[in-house]
Amino acid sequence: MLAEQKQGPYSSTSEAVRLELSEIDASIRSAALFFVISAIAWLMIGTVFALVVAVKAHQPNFASTFEFLTFGRVRSAHLNAMALGWASNIIFSVGLWIMARLCRAPINHKGILFIAGVFWNIGLTVGIFGILRGDITSVEWLEIPKYGTPLLAISYALIGVWGVMAFRFRKGDHVYVSQWYILAALFWFPWLYVVAQVMIIWFPARGVVQSVTNWWFAHNVLGLWFTPMALATAYYLIPKVLGRPIYSYYLSVLGFWALAIFYNWAGIHHLIGGPIPVWLISAGIVASVMMVIPVVVVGINHHMSVVGLHKEVWCSPTLRFVVFGAISYTLVSLIGSAMALRTVNEITHFTHFTVGHAHHGVYAFFTMIMFGGVYYMMPRLLKREWPSSFLIKLHFWACALGITIMIVALQVGGWIQGLEMNNAEIPFLKVVQNTIPWLKARSVSGLFLTMGHIAFAANFFWMLFAAGAVRAKQGPTLLGSNEGGTVQ
Amino acid sequence: MKNLPLLFCGIFFALAFSFTGLILTSHIQIGSLTQTTESLEATDDLDENGMPVMVMTEGDPLYPAMPVGLAQQGKEIYISMGCMYCHSQQVRRNEFGADIERGWGPRQTVARDYILQERVLLGTMRTGPDLAHLGGRYAGDAGRDWNHLHLYNPQIVSKGSTMPPFAFLYDVRQVADKPSAEALTFPPNSEYAPKTGYEVVPTRRAKALVEYLLSLKINYSLPESPILE
Repeated sequence: MLAEQKQGPYSSTSEAVRLELSEIDASIRSAALFFVISAIAWLMIGTVFALVVAVKAHQPNFASTFEFLTFGRVRSAHLNAMALGWASNIIFSVGLWIMARLCRAPINHKGILFIAGVFWNIGLTVGIFGILRGDITSVEWLEIPKYGTPLLAISYALIGVWGVMAFRFRKGDHVYVSQWYILAALFWFPWLYVVAQVMIIWFPARGVVQSVTNWWFAHNVLGLWFTPMALATAYYLIPKVLGRPIYSYYLSVLGFWALAIFYNWAGIHHLIGGPIPVWLISAGIVASVMMVIPVVVVGINHHMSVVGLHKEVWCSPTLRFVVFGAISYTLVSLIGSAMALRTVNEITHFTHFTVGHAHHGVYAFFTMIMFGGVYYMMPRLLKREWPSSFLIKLHFWACALGITIMIVALQVGGWIQGLEMNNAEIPFLKVVQNTIPWLKARSVSGLFLTMGHIAFAANFFWMLFAAGAVRAKQGPTLLGSNEGGTVQ
Repeated sequence: MKNLPLLFCGIFFALAFSFTGLILTSHIQIGSLTQTTESLEATDDLDENGMPVMVMTEGDPLYPAMPVGLAQQGKEIYISMGCMYCHSQQVRRNEFGADIERGWGPRQTVARDYILQERVLLGTMRTGPDLAHLGGRYAGDAGRDWNHLHLYNPQIVSKGSTMPPFAFLYDVRQVADKPSAEALTFPPNSEYAPKTGYEVVPTRRAKALVEYLLSLKINYSLPESPILE
């Protein structure tokens, strides 16, 4: 039996069901392809921005004569290209595809979905140009100027509605855990975005109410948009590839509701020590620590679902990435809970430690799982296999090593920076200079990540514009000892 | 979970809960803060706890003061350059971090300090130092000159800094009949000084930005956060 083609718990081995899934895949093919191509394009653009800022952080004279390349702008262009370009497009692709499959509901009127997707990307392009030309708002995670955001909001509504529609017209009685997460995230994100836009940009709330709203929003982009989508993807792919059900239904329920209840209070920990009422901060800290519950629960559930099948995980391109992401979820979340404690936060706040933590979450967890999702989805959408297992391995190792170097460098460097900053006897300039070696290590990590992204994109477009040899390839592309052949 | 109304209600109330708890409540609690005098006076009336009712001191000015003129325009430049991605504008209390020991401000900043700002730029990163009290640390003409040199190229006054130069906010031009009064005065033998016969003059944007930076100062007490001598 082929490891990648084994049927998961929610798909039957019967021809009829497989035919149905195939029809659903066909119904969403053009839109899903558009989103995944957009996502990869933004990933590459965001990577270029990232390299520029990484170098500027330790070589301040690099490209400093160009106003549009000043640090604050390129950094924000990087963030928005990755968060709204890469992450959100890949969610629209993989997330909607999984939703349609689990609901067993083909996407009708896919033309609207496609056009909305085009406008999402136009809005984002306008927004990034706006940031670079100086119309940046300087509100974290909401940098896109006023003239770009309404288009994004409307496009989002027209995209997100298809997930809800699929759910509304689903077949069958059972609702799988991935569907809860996707449905919830599709509903949460627009609420967060609209409230934040209105209360900060369009009709600014008074004083630091803006800051509270800002971090309620910004942290929830991670907590209620990226995280549920990545968890939904992991919950879908692990049983699919391994061919056995998720370990515990009840842990899935507990993990989902604990995340829904606690995560959205946690963002206030970005303002610890700040000029806002202390009870708000305390509430944020409590919620951040309570996040240990959903994290441990999901961690146990995922771990127990793959335990004993480590060889299969390692040979599957999909699961190699997904399991890396799932392990990172546990680690990054536990570190995050610790960072919310006042004594730890006193050191890590305002330092590169937080930057490392953000990449731990968005990259090592979310992005790695989504890479896994793309490796699973594409053969089913295109009905052809990945051309090169070497490029997949290169992608995995470059990204895994790169992100590990980045997290270690920024968190060790950031911790030292925080300790030194809290010691008034060390001159500030000295504190700054002591971060430089760590920032250089971050630039090196960026080279690894770039190499991984190029390998990924090359394999992707090779597959997309496949020559006959790729089309004729039989059997899934696997890694490791089973490479090139089929697993019996 | 098959009960969909219940699932949806749960999804809705999860976020409604924090929206109410964090956003609406903070809006109610601090959204109506107003300016006040530096200290309050006790009256003869007692409140429900038996404490004297406090009122604003008659005749004293109100704080925080409204930002004015060029400084206000400079904030737009601060925003468009993305300064806040490396510089915070908040002073934490004594014993929590070393903000006050480092001279970043004479007292902790509180919610009331920010009520007149249309865009609040607390910041979450200190790649560079906090700027809440920059105008208190660099004041007057000397402070203005320092900030212009520092923006033109931080290495002139802060060797080894990782801050990028904002030289594009300055014009390097040939000296006309006589040097401009606004031209930057470089330290003797500075390698960053223009060639002889040339001068570096701040553009309108540079002037506004520096006025904004100089306007950032915590030189007033608030009843809830007094400056202690």
